[in-house]
Amino acid sequence: MKHGPTTRVLLTLFFLGLIATPIVIKRISARKKAAEASFDSSSALARHGFYLREVSHEAGVNFTNEAPTLDPKLTPIMPEVASMGASVSVVDYDRDGWPDFYVTNSREGSRNALYHNNHDGTFTDVAPQLGIADVNQSGTGVSMGAVWGDYDNDGYEDLYLIKWGRPELFHNDQGHGFTRVSEQASLPKWINANTAVWFDYDGDGKLDLFVGGYYNENIDLWHLANTKMMPESFEYAQNGGRKYLFHNLGGGKFEEVSAKLGIDSRRWALASGAADLRGTGHPDLFVANDYGVSELYLNDGKRFHEAGKETGIGFAPKSGMDVAFGDIFNQGKYSVYVSNISEDGVLIQGNNLWTPKDGTSGAAIKYENLARDLGVELGGWSFGAQFGDLNNDGNLDLYLTNGNISLDHNKSYWYDFAKVAGGNHSIIEDAKNWPSMEGRSLSGYQQKRVWLNDGAGKFVDVAQAVGVTDTYDGRAVALVDLWNRGVLDVLVANERGPLLIYKNTVTSENKWIEFQLEGTASNRSAIGAQVALYWDGQEQIQEVSGGSGFAAQNDRRLHFGLGKVPRIDKAVIRWPSGKVQTIENPTPDKLYSIKEPA
Amino acid sequence: MSQQAIAVPLAAKPPQWKTWLSLENRYIPPVFITLILLIGHFTYGILESYPKTLLAIGTAIATELILGRIFLGKWPNLASAYISGISVGILIRSPGFWPYALCAAIAITSKYVLRFNGRHLWNPSNFGICVMLFLASESVATLSIQWGNNIWPMVVIWILGSAILWRARRLQISATYVISFLALAFVRAWITHDPWQSEIAPITGPEYQLFIFFMITDPRTTLRSRTGQCMVAFAVAVVEMFLRLDQSVYAPLYALFLVGPPALFIETWMNKRRTQAALHPQQDITRS
Repeated sequence: MKHGPTTRVLLTLFFLGLIATPIVIKRISARKKAAEASFDSSSALARHGFYLREVSHEAGVNFTNEAPTLDPKLTPIMPEVASMGASVSVVDYDRDGWPDFYVTNSREGSRNALYHNNHDGTFTDVAPQLGIADVNQSGTGVSMGAVWGDYDNDGYEDLYLIKWGRPELFHNDQGHGFTRVSEQASLPKWINANTAVWFDYDGDGKLDLFVGGYYNENIDLWHLANTKMMPESFEYAQNGGRKYLFHNLGGGKFEEVSAKLGIDSRRWALASGAADLRGTGHPDLFVANDYGVSELYLNDGKRFHEAGKETGIGFAPKSGMDVAFGDIFNQGKYSVYVSNISEDGVLIQGNNLWTPKDGTSGAAIKYENLARDLGVELGGWSFGAQFGDLNNDGNLDLYLTNGNISLDHNKSYWYDFAKVAGGNHSIIEDAKNWPSMEGRSLSGYQQKRVWLNDGAGKFVDVAQAVGVTDTYDGRAVALVDLWNRGVLDVLVANERGPLLIYKNTVTSENKWIEFQLEGTASNRSAIGAQVALYWDGQEQIQEVSGGSGFAAQNDRRLHFGLGKVPRIDKAVIRWPSGKVQTIENPTPDKLYSIKEPA
Repeated sequence: MSQQAIAVPLAAKPPQWKTWLSLENRYIPPVFITLILLIGHFTYGILESYPKTLLAIGTAIATELILGRIFLGKWPNLASAYISGISVGILIRSPGFWPYALCAAIAITSKYVLRFNGRHLWNPSNFGICVMLFLASESVATLSIQWGNNIWPMVVIWILGSAILWRARRLQISATYVISFLALAFVRAWITHDPWQSEIAPITGPEYQLFIFFMITDPRTTLRSRTGQCMVAFAVAVVEMFLRLDQSVYAPLYALFLVGPPALFIETWMNKRRTQAALHPQQDITRS
């Protein structure tokens, strides 16, 4: 080599500088995190405009999820295969104007709970007397989630219970009880599903139901014929459960039409959501799949067309576990958040924030993943996430829960997991080839994320600073104004952990407005109705949802934060029937109850 | 994965077109790894971001050009830098851009800094990736499960890779490693009581083949003698076994990182001694 000692020294210094770079970056990042880590309510209120306080015990809610125990052949990896089942969905089941919520349990024989809002800050479990508690009986499978929708337009929200097992539809008898109507509705005998969503895909005024299978529906997880029930691949699996689209025929009858209408997939669905992503007036269906790519079913009102690859969302396979829609830039366009897995030093999939590319729309819509640019990419082993304006500043924030399996604090199953997951399909699809977990954690004890939207294109995690300090294995998140105060509270369902209620306190300077919609020509739940709010030169759209996030359903009432001293120009409601209704100059700090005009 | 795994033939020169189509062509390995990348991407979408891979390749090439010009006094052949860059682009996973550039820069610079007796000791991309995994684990992981789990991609890589290594007279390295890995997998299964299938699972995934065909066969960082090459491959498998028993996710990368340089160092030192002994036989006899 031709060089002098000085050049050699300079080269060595340069090399040492390169090696030192990651250490410096790590230190700067740790310092930043430490500065955000301490919680103080007054400084949180001053700095971020809100704080959250966990009040489940005060509110009389002492619900702890219990995990299922499947076939003994799966015992060595039971925590991994039985790691879901905690869910929460918001409903005003008795139409008293106060939101209630339903939570699921997953041990055989365990009971689900419907917490009735007592209007005084407390809740009472009324599921046993209303007939929707004892739904996890041996031989019928166990609950994985629940979605509410008024399928017969009688004004009362009915319950579809998502199960690994016998799916159930319960008719709401005017808030006084529930009647099981699964057979009348022609539901299949067994589905191993984790997601379902109510939506009126054909705009006939009756709610239809999508159900996404996870494990193959021919598998009874409690009585396995053999142990070949795992995914054939960790990124390209197509041996999961089938999909169902139940078309509402009226009179409590449903017809399964998925294949006929273009929904034919055996990917491992974990989350789904429906929204009019292209402004066509027809709700499109987004499905996040574990062990593979997401799917986007574009709806022309009669048929669906899977356009994952065309739109850009269905190319890189990850571990999709959440679907949430949000107009994060206040531009009248939905972005879609899909959670995945990230584990330091092992696997960095990163979560996806699919945002419409500028200049694309309608049938030619294309999405780009802006999760990294906006700062919402890394959330650990992420599960449920929801958009909502937590500090009423006029920008949608993002609440994410995470954590997969928290067992032994000091022992990780990641090595064995990674070892097998990369192997040939004949090895990984057979549960007996998987090493025993032996009490080890797999991405456990993780810190949650509360990403605050600064309105300028960045989200900043303030979870620790605003009081979200739990490290349970989070699954479902639902946002709801629990006590009709004009703020979004947060419900979090944890696997093998307590149901948490984070009560929100928001600075009174920031204003809000809420809309409670009821369809007439449209489905009475108004699922699919969209409100576009125009204020201070911006436009934000929100849509009534029949299920979103992971195993969750937000309040059907739409909540908009407005910031300080807002001047609202108008609210434009586009009903699923196609009718458009405009409310001029609505008043802030008010809940508007609106019935679809005749 | 840094150098072409092909020895330039010493026999009489064949016609140029034959040389270009021959497996002895020094550009075959870069072409081969590019093909793997493209096939992997267009069938399995292994690259989430073209810019990141291009950044790694561009940084590796730029660093090689600058350092080669300064320290070798000429523009270096870029095949090696290209392979290092593309390896970093394939194997590193990070949400940020900087790890790709930094890893590629570290990999290439290590060739010029960490040298003994005129040879660089570490496989450049192995060094760069291991440094990133050690020091930036919160920002970096390696590709682990992004190649599907079917047998066919693996079969294609095995056939092509074996053909190239056979012509390059380096197949013994990969063969020794694979046989050792499989044998030691059963030893691990016996020790840990885990299913033997789980122990052989890593080598059945196509991603592992990059390690087998490109990294451990790098001519610049492997020994000259065939016996020595096989011993090092076996030693890598043994160290990997111990790292795996300690549940190290990146056991093969770390094993090569730990075994390769000492082996090279010992070989170089022994060669030096032999040369000195040949030059001064009387002195040696006197000493002995």
